[in-house]
Amino acid sequence: MAEPLLRVEKLVRRFGGIIATDNVSLDVASGELHAIIGPNGAGKTTLISQLTGHLAPHSGSVSLAGRDITYLPAYRRCALGLARSFQITSLLLDFTAADNVALAAQAHAGTSFRFFANARKEKGLRDAAHAALDRVGLAHRADIVVSKLSHGERRQIELAVALASKPKLLLLDEPMAGLGVTESQDMVKLLQELRKEVSIVLVEHDMPAVFALADRISVLVYGRVIASGIPDAIRANEDVKRAYLGDQHVVTHHG
Amino acid sequence: MKGLSVSKAVTALMLAGLVLLPLYSYLSSNIFILTLFTRIVILALAAASLNLIMGFGGMMSFGHAAYLGIGGYAVGMLAQEGVGSGWIQFPVALAASAIYALVIGALSLRTRGVYFIMITLAFAQMAYYVASGLARYGGDDGLTVYKRSDFSGLINLSNRTQFYYLCLACLFGVIFLIWRIVNSRFGLVVQGLRSNEQRMQAIGFPAKRYQLVCFVISGTMCGLAGALLANNTDFVSPAVMYWTRSGDLMVMVILGGMGTLFGPVMGAVVYLLLEEFLSQITEYWALIMGPLLLLIVLFGRGGIMGMLGRIGRG
Repeated sequence: MAEPLLRVEKLVRRFGGIIATDNVSLDVASGELHAIIGPNGAGKTTLISQLTGHLAPHSGSVSLAGRDITYLPAYRRCALGLARSFQITSLLLDFTAADNVALAAQAHAGTSFRFFANARKEKGLRDAAHAALDRVGLAHRADIVVSKLSHGERRQIELAVALASKPKLLLLDEPMAGLGVTESQDMVKLLQELRKEVSIVLVEHDMPAVFALADRISVLVYGRVIASGIPDAIRANEDVKRAYLGDQHVVTHHG
Repeated sequence: MKGLSVSKAVTALMLAGLVLLPLYSYLSSNIFILTLFTRIVILALAAASLNLIMGFGGMMSFGHAAYLGIGGYAVGMLAQEGVGSGWIQFPVALAASAIYALVIGALSLRTRGVYFIMITLAFAQMAYYVASGLARYGGDDGLTVYKRSDFSGLINLSNRTQFYYLCLACLFGVIFLIWRIVNSRFGLVVQGLRSNEQRMQAIGFPAKRYQLVCFVISGTMCGLAGALLANNTDFVSPAVMYWTRSGDLMVMVILGGMGTLFGPVMGAVVYLLLEEFLSQITEYWALIMGPLLLLIVLFGRGGIMGMLGRIGRG
């Protein structure tokens, strides 16, 4: 078997007495869309944060394309081709959509210790920004300040920002969070397109979306992976049903 | 668009006034006003440099007056030791400020928010006490600069008008540089870090590196103001580094409009003119000045520049 793009081995992270990540191991193959699901408090965001470098694990390792990145800071991982979106939208609110995306492109296009030339007139960066915005269907909103855009649009910009860095692996932390029904459907369509170009780790609560998109699913409960496999296997897994899908079923009926 | 034109018109008026001031001073035989405005222009330069890190970079430095002292002492100490050439004094003043900024910045930027404010303040106060302890250079009493920096006949700093225009040229030069910087790749990164540091790290920017360079650029610019100030007053003392002076600079920036190109200049002009005229009316001028500043901060978000923008929009 070929080297997986992302390999997580025996990752452990504690907060005081609580084990938020308990011996988590998983592989993401190149070209795969790997979903991570789990009930609230299962440690999904903690896991993602260790993958992106915002949180250091207590033991275990993370490697990207065969290279150990366990203790690299976030910005170095990004340079190696790891991009993320945030669960809670995290953008430069007082910048335009195009500026937000152009900065991501700039981070991967030579040095930013240039003090004199107007960066907003650099054609390469602007083109890359517009291409990424176009990709998520927001090219027409490029020059609007982000604080004036809707929540759904900001979610899309999160994605455009991640894309602009031309990542090998995209870590999406609940891209559907807070989206309406039609916005969610649009996002699923968009992810279906993107997955052809880039490997994706998707953390998501929206079960229909996860089962429609994922090649493989890992189920996280109390920080531990209780099952990992193709969607049909996960659907049939008794442990998963008990621990998770049952609750979710109730939730979706109410929501 | 109309909002822009009002603040632009006022800015243009102010700049024209600064350029033509020596003419007015000459025609009205009012030498005092030229001296006053030389000081205003120099402190505007210091405020503009502070605005680069505070307004654009989001780094609330409460120790910026330290550079006024470092630049000033570089000039004063070299003059005392017999080195009168401005070609040496000014580069030394800038280099000393840059080195100080590099060290202080590297330590301070490990902290954020209130801690950053406090640590920059603490370092500036340390610089203040170090200067007070320099017995050879006047200690607490300060150091008289008997001869202004000598630029080998190119420009005579003892000539009021020439010196004023030198200061004004430095101010315009620094603002031009800041304008280029904030629109450059580097400037966008620094402003992005002000806006959302976590996001900038996630797209691949190591925050501290950029902030430190910005901190050094700002400190160096303020060192220039310090060298000019020592020439203006023919004197340098620890008092220029005192924390209240750092506070004055902050007030100028906030009053004029943080993160705007000409806001600090506007702030310096208004603040120092107010101080001048109120102190002529009453010795309790601070009692009027304080509430006035409070009102502007409370109701005029974005300082004078912000208010002018809103007037235009109606």
